[in-house]
Amino acid sequence: MTDNPMEKMSVVEGSYATAHAVKVCRPNVISAYPITPQTHIVEDLSQFIADGEIDNCEFITIESEFSALSALVGASAAGARTYSSTSSQGLELMHEVVFNVSGMRLPTVMTVVNRAVSAPISIWNDHQDSISERDTGWIQLYAENSQEISDLTPLAYKVAEDKDVMLPAMVCMDGFILSHVFEPVVLLEQDLTDEYLPPYRPEHILDTKNPKTFGSFADPSVYTEFRYMQQKGMDIALKKIEKAVDEFTRIFGRDHGGLIDTYRADDAEILLMAMGSVVGTIKDVIDEARIDGIKVGLLKIRSFRPFPVEAVRKTLADAAVIVVLDKNISLGLNEGSLCTEVKSCLYNTDINTPVMGFMLGHGGRDISKGTIHMIIDKSQKVARSGIKVENEFVDVRGDLI
Amino acid sequence: MSRLAPGHRGCPGCCDAMAANFVLEAAGDDVIVVSPTGCLEVMTTPYPESAWEVPWIHSLFENTASVAAGIESALKALGRKGNTKIIGLAGDGATMDIGTLGLSGAFERGHDITYVCIDNEAYMNTGVQRSGGTPYGASTTTSPTGKKSFGNRTQKKNMPAIMAAHGAPYVTTTSISYPKDMMRKVKKAVDIEGPCYIHAHAPCSTGWRFESARTVEIGKLAVETALWPLYEMEYSEITGVKKIKNKKPVEEYLKAQGRFKHLFTREGGEKEIAKIQEIADWNVKHYGLE
Ligand SMILES: Cc1ncc(C[n+]2csc(CCOP(=O)(O)OP(=O)(O)O)c2C)c(N)n1
Ligand SMILES: [Mg+2]
Repeated sequence: MTDNPMEKMSVVEGSYATAHAVKVCRPNVISAYPITPQTHIVEDLSQFIADGEIDNCEFITIESEFSALSALVGASAAGARTYSSTSSQGLELMHEVVFNVSGMRLPTVMTVVNRAVSAPISIWNDHQDSISERDTGWIQLYAENSQEISDLTPLAYKVAEDKDVMLPAMVCMDGFILSHVFEPVVLLEQDLTDEYLPPYRPEHILDTKNPKTFGSFADPSVYTEFRYMQQKGMDIALKKIEKAVDEFTRIFGRDHGGLIDTYRADDAEILLMAMGSVVGTIKDVIDEARIDGIKVGLLKIRSFRPFPVEAVRKTLADAAVIVVLDKNISLGLNEGSLCTEVKSCLYNTDINTPVMGFMLGHGGRDISKGTIHMIIDKSQKVARSGIKVENEFVDVRGDLI
Repeated sequence: MSRLAPGHRGCPGCCDAMAANFVLEAAGDDVIVVSPTGCLEVMTTPYPESAWEVPWIHSLFENTASVAAGIESALKALGRKGNTKIIGLAGDGATMDIGTLGLSGAFERGHDITYVCIDNEAYMNTGVQRSGGTPYGASTTTSPTGKKSFGNRTQKKNMPAIMAAHGAPYVTTTSISYPKDMMRKVKKAVDIEGPCYIHAHAPCSTGWRFESARTVEIGKLAVETALWPLYEMEYSEITGVKKIKNKKPVEEYLKAQGRFKHLFTREGGEKEIAKIQEIADWNVKHYGLE
């Protein structure tokens, strides 16, 4: 720990901060395929390898994302600490393997640089890609800024590799908004990271001296228990994330919150909820609105999977209206995924607070302060006179419809 | 000694079990095997049982080569590679169709793996649907004979040629009906550094419809009729060919199997048989089998 963190800061690109974080986690096998906006991460990692800066590490310049994650199945089962990174189409191409990795209880860590999905093809940011992998049994953590994406990387390994968890983890960062922006960051120190993250020593590996079978098929008499155990792993991960956050703060002296984080939420009547970089904009708007006497606060979700039901309930208990911002949509439900989760948390409780859902920022559409102010205005009306519209798209251009 | 325990759930005379046994016998104890979804996987690993006495992993249907590449990379990174052989043991569908992308990538990158395709010429695990390995004229459940069809309309994809085009140090064909040939080639492949490909012809009594006691005999007929040529290639050049002493007409091979029965019972069948004879004749010439 240093007394003056400013001294240790470097101004680097978000992608570089991520690649550096991966490097100090000492991965053994990296397997990744280029896709905008993730590319800089794999380029930076390639440079580290070319410069001999990562010991005991093989970088597979693989031919597709499908194979990228597949190779990590083999590598992880052989006992390696593994890493990949992708976006959008790449993550979608991986989908079958994404389920497989979790079902096989292989603690791979992957950075998902969030990008909209095709069609129409778009390289810009929203959360549809990782949200569409919601039910695959991966831990999903969302970063607000470059420091957080950096710091979440060793944390993800620590939790994923915990012998009571053994689930893969996605660390999600907003494409371009975080991946391509230069910000002051404290790059993770190697010695502190070594202290924080022990080497990966799995109990079961592919070992010719102790042969084991991986990936059996399960008939109906045994399948259910595999899913049940994955869910148990998620339950345990909830606690382990909090623990890993505490330990991180102790060793590195930084705190970004645990499963959730809050901003001016204590006395908030209007509670905004969101994930990722938009949280920064929301905080600024909250400060402005507070000057006008509007009691508004923020509940940021850092861990979307496992979903911190208890923490969310507790934070929302006293709000007059809950406002959920989603950069994704479940087509056919007309609702964003975080909104759905929040509603389901509140059902069967005494909390009967209106929940408003706003879907915005699709395909990189800018989320301005004005938009957030407009949402707060609407929520004030709901606080006064009840909810009429549960979910709506924001900033839709009438001229294009 | 066999490293595939008896008591697995393969059909009597199962070609996949024979192939796996030969591979394991030739490759020794220091091996890690990767298999895709398919008959071999299903019959050997119903949880919590396993017939594998070597480390074995199954991930998905189309990623055997990528998983193998990942294991190889991991062992290297961890300093555990030593003499350990990483072997992919995969069906024709997994290899020639759905898994070609990853296989090509792994060979292009030059991982030290041996990949064995057990070619039983259809998707057997899902009930005998045609694959890129299904031969001309064979009836399968998705290339059935009918009023307007004599079965499969395409020739077998020349997978060994595709693999050889990667410049692999060793690419070979073999057949489970020639255990000595197959085991010699497996041994050779695993001892070579770099990606090696073995394409093993594997008659499936259930899918091809012949008596289960005749697996070996049918495989031999494929070789003796020149429908399945045995050859070796090193760095894209043919370096060895098994000559055929008394070449037999293709009818002898075809008539022994239910999947070709229509060629003998339906009007116009002779023409189809003549086309299949042409394929055999081409093989004789192309590979210098006589
Ligand atoms: C992505 C995907 N598509 C389809 C299947 C269904 N499937 C499982 S095994 C199989 C056929 C296997 O054929 P082959 O590779 O030739 O092996 P065989 O069973 O004949 O030995 C199919 C189609 C699957 N498991 N995964
Ligand atoms: Mg087959």
